[in-house]
Amino acid sequence: MILGIDVGGTHTDAVLVKNFQLLKKVKVLTNQANIMTSLLEATNLLVSDDNINHLKRIVLSTTISTNAIVQNKTNRVAMVLLSGPGLSPTTLNLDEDTYFAKGYVNHRGIPVDGLSKRQMAHISHEISEKQINQIGIVGKFSSRNPQQELDTAEMLQADSRNISLGHTLSGQLGFPRRIATTYLNAAIHDIYQGFVQDVQKFVAKIGANIPVYILKADGGTILLDQSLTCPVQTIHSGPAAGIMGVLATASIKEDAVALDIGGTTTDISVFADGVPLLEPSGVTINGRKTLIRGLYTKSIGVGGDSVVKIEKGDIIIGPQREGPAAALDGPFPTPTDAMIVEGIVDFGNPSKARDAIAGIAGLLNTDVQAAAHAIVEKMAAMIADNVREILTEINNKPVYTIHELLEGKIIQPKILCVAGGPAAVAPVIARNLGYPYSIPEHSEVANALGVALSRTTAEITILADTEKEELIISEEGCIQSIPRKFSLADTVEIAKNKLREKAILMGARPEDIIMEVTESQSFNMIRDFYTTGKNIRVKVQIKPGLISASTER
Amino acid sequence: MPKKLKKTGLIFFPAFDWAISANHPEREERLLYTQDQVMEEGLLDFPNILEYKPGIATYEDINRCHICVPNPQNLTTNSHLISAGGAITAAQKVLTGEVDNAFALVRPPGHHSMLVAHGARGFCNINIEAVMIEYIRHKFGIRRIAVVDTDCHHGDGTQDIYWNDPDVLCISMHQDGRTLYPGTGFIDDFGGPNALGATINIPLPPRTSDEGFLFALDNAILPILDDFKPEIIINSAGQDNHYSDPITNMNFSAQGYALLNEKLAPHIAVLEGGYSIEKALPYVNVGIILAMAGLDYSQVREPDYDADRIRQSPEVTRLIENEVKNVMSLWNKRKNLKKQITGSATYIRREKNIYYDTDDITERQIETVRVCDDCGGLVMIESSADTGKKIYAVILPNTCCPECRKNGETFFGRINGSQYNHIYFQDRQKDVFIVK
Repeated sequence: MILGIDVGGTHTDAVLVKNFQLLKKVKVLTNQANIMTSLLEATNLLVSDDNINHLKRIVLSTTISTNAIVQNKTNRVAMVLLSGPGLSPTTLNLDEDTYFAKGYVNHRGIPVDGLSKRQMAHISHEISEKQINQIGIVGKFSSRNPQQELDTAEMLQADSRNISLGHTLSGQLGFPRRIATTYLNAAIHDIYQGFVQDVQKFVAKIGANIPVYILKADGGTILLDQSLTCPVQTIHSGPAAGIMGVLATASIKEDAVALDIGGTTTDISVFADGVPLLEPSGVTINGRKTLIRGLYTKSIGVGGDSVVKIEKGDIIIGPQREGPAAALDGPFPTPTDAMIVEGIVDFGNPSKARDAIAGIAGLLNTDVQAAAHAIVEKMAAMIADNVREILTEINNKPVYTIHELLEGKIIQPKILCVAGGPAAVAPVIARNLGYPYSIPEHSEVANALGVALSRTTAEITILADTEKEELIISEEGCIQSIPRKFSLADTVEIAKNKLREKAILMGARPEDIIMEVTESQSFNMIRDFYTTGKNIRVKVQIKPGLISASTER
Repeated sequence: MPKKLKKTGLIFFPAFDWAISANHPEREERLLYTQDQVMEEGLLDFPNILEYKPGIATYEDINRCHICVPNPQNLTTNSHLISAGGAITAAQKVLTGEVDNAFALVRPPGHHSMLVAHGARGFCNINIEAVMIEYIRHKFGIRRIAVVDTDCHHGDGTQDIYWNDPDVLCISMHQDGRTLYPGTGFIDDFGGPNALGATINIPLPPRTSDEGFLFALDNAILPILDDFKPEIIINSAGQDNHYSDPITNMNFSAQGYALLNEKLAPHIAVLEGGYSIEKALPYVNVGIILAMAGLDYSQVREPDYDADRIRQSPEVTRLIENEVKNVMSLWNKRKNLKKQITGSATYIRREKNIYYDTDDITERQIETVRVCDDCGGLVMIESSADTGKKIYAVILPNTCCPECRKNGETFFGRINGSQYNHIYFQDRQKDVFIVK
């Protein structure tokens, strides 16, 4: 039996699931000032002395990291950058406590310029003077050789300090994104640590001695205590819960589009062969582009409570929301009111909805029914247009091999899954897009179901350079020697072993470790007309998905 | 100093699964480290740098500028169609106004491919710039175009394709042909009888550094462009002038390349050669992209960069100053040279021997051009190669006068087919291509 809890901005939803069957569900208001009370309130409605012993795990999604960032409830962070030449620092979006230090490595991970102990001592002194305890260290190409970041950490280490290292958070390239990622990881450290302690107290209070997991941005779970060093991975945990919720409630096996239509916005996500797509480079939060692996989602400013107005004879919907629908005493006509007039939802006070839409009808010189119809059609068309745009963008994503360009996967959705209050508009959107729709069961607690049933995900990036006789795993900070005849197959094998170890540590069950090689390339390195070695690049992941049904859960 | 930001399109296609042969300079690894550097510097995250997927050129696109023997199907692989398609995509993005300029960072290159192509020369099968230029003229109705070839090797293919075209200015700045493949591109190669001055060659001595390249740019290329007034400028952006390039002898740097691009301000840049894949390309490409986008490139530097070590000698400086003076004096006389060269002839003939180093083919060509004051002139080519192929081609220029058209159509109708494998008719004005 699994307890899944989705802590949303407004509601906290919780579900009890056994063998993929929903046993109980509950929805309580989220107490933003004290999330613990919401967790306890929801849990007490589901878990009692009778069933607590059957509980195998608890999985949570949290908005704590996202909110801390958006609301600026963050630690002051000193960033130490080993940037070398290249892009001018003036083009980087840097915070005030940034220090540039000597040292950098090149694209192959070969050190070009060494660190300076004297300079580092000086930087350390300044950081102490400013009484900053959170430090982020980021080197250019550190995912190709983490040694300088590790050495810098050693020089700056002190009891009072907590250090975040760029290479541990992602194996991807992207120095500016690595800086943002590392900064955020350090910035939310304290608030996240407080959250983890609260959750541990909560678990102790309900008297369960079972593993607790947190949902990451990529829709995968990680053990609570393992997440302490990488809190930034838990940003966007909420939207990830929504997408995993679609997987949990609608059994998607093919290409699909999912919509979560809320009051203010509609979130669009895309599935390829039943697997949710990831952001190609990493998620963006509060304007900062990061390397955090996260599920792809695009939010557009159209929702059930969007303001409807007429400008130059055209219906304009959103992007602002000024309150609930007129049917619920809101100030402006909304798509929800139009749906009430159309008779596709039954909600609030129909005559107030009708009055609001009548105002629009007047401006359009038409009757109320026609105006309501036009608003619903317009809303559906706006959402459908965005879906088409997103698919075009995804299908036009640049690729770098002839094979991929000619044979690459093109996403052609077979189904539209729609969740959210105003989901009644689904048939109209589906008609516009030309494929069928489904409104999954239990969609009101879909997020919590997604949280409960998600598997642990992880990724490993390896660069093997047989000329240097060296293999590097960025995320693990691992550098090891390899023989000159090391092959692509050898690299893939190491990657798989390391990924398995990592996943187990993060809390994965062996039956849920389904690995996929997402990159495997081997380049002959030729210098002065002779082959000098191989540059081998491998990436292996456990992709987002549901836990396996093979064992009693 | 803050510069004006430009919207720059990037068509990046490293073709990680294609090589001429396993240890050829034109191999899978070539743009690997460039990709690494572009990604690590985060260039694609700038809102004014937009990456696009390359299109795929069609055989029809190729037939607008080449006479491929026997046909483009036999001469190209998917890699060539994608690389030319990438150049076309760059042009489309610029000419539809989606971006201000674009860089097609694609491979394989194309600037050694000539009008008649029996095979591959200098790693090139088809001329990707010329395919793009004819696409631009056909789809966007642009007439005057300038190509500035900054590859270290003479852009002999592009020169050959536009030798008789007064509307396409081909400027090639390269290492002196007496010291480097393909051994051509001297100052007196100045264009066909109806297009004198539309071909400009600026050979530079070995060990020319930033100073020399920028001197030639400031004192020859930019003034000539000012006179010619092209509607668009294309840079054939070879990167083998770099001081670390293994197959050339020049001393250009990443900073130099970036500054050259800032000053030249091409609408479209297309990658050509450049085989110092680790020490030069990552830095040169980042420099060029930043310069095109109007971003600060002042901190871009090769790890082993040392200005003193690569500085050109006073002797090189003197040679370049002299060369530039000669180029400009010829350019200023261009309008008076025609009578002197053509005399009373109505047709001018030239004979050429062309060697295809990549495919080891030798070709012999006789080119006949109608002397014409109203257009680029009717061109007829007889070509035979040691592959046993013998062909004849009639080519009508882009803005073809009625007289040249009448003559061309008549010749094509009358030509005796028995002695040729194929007879081609390429009408660049009406976009017609016939083979018989």
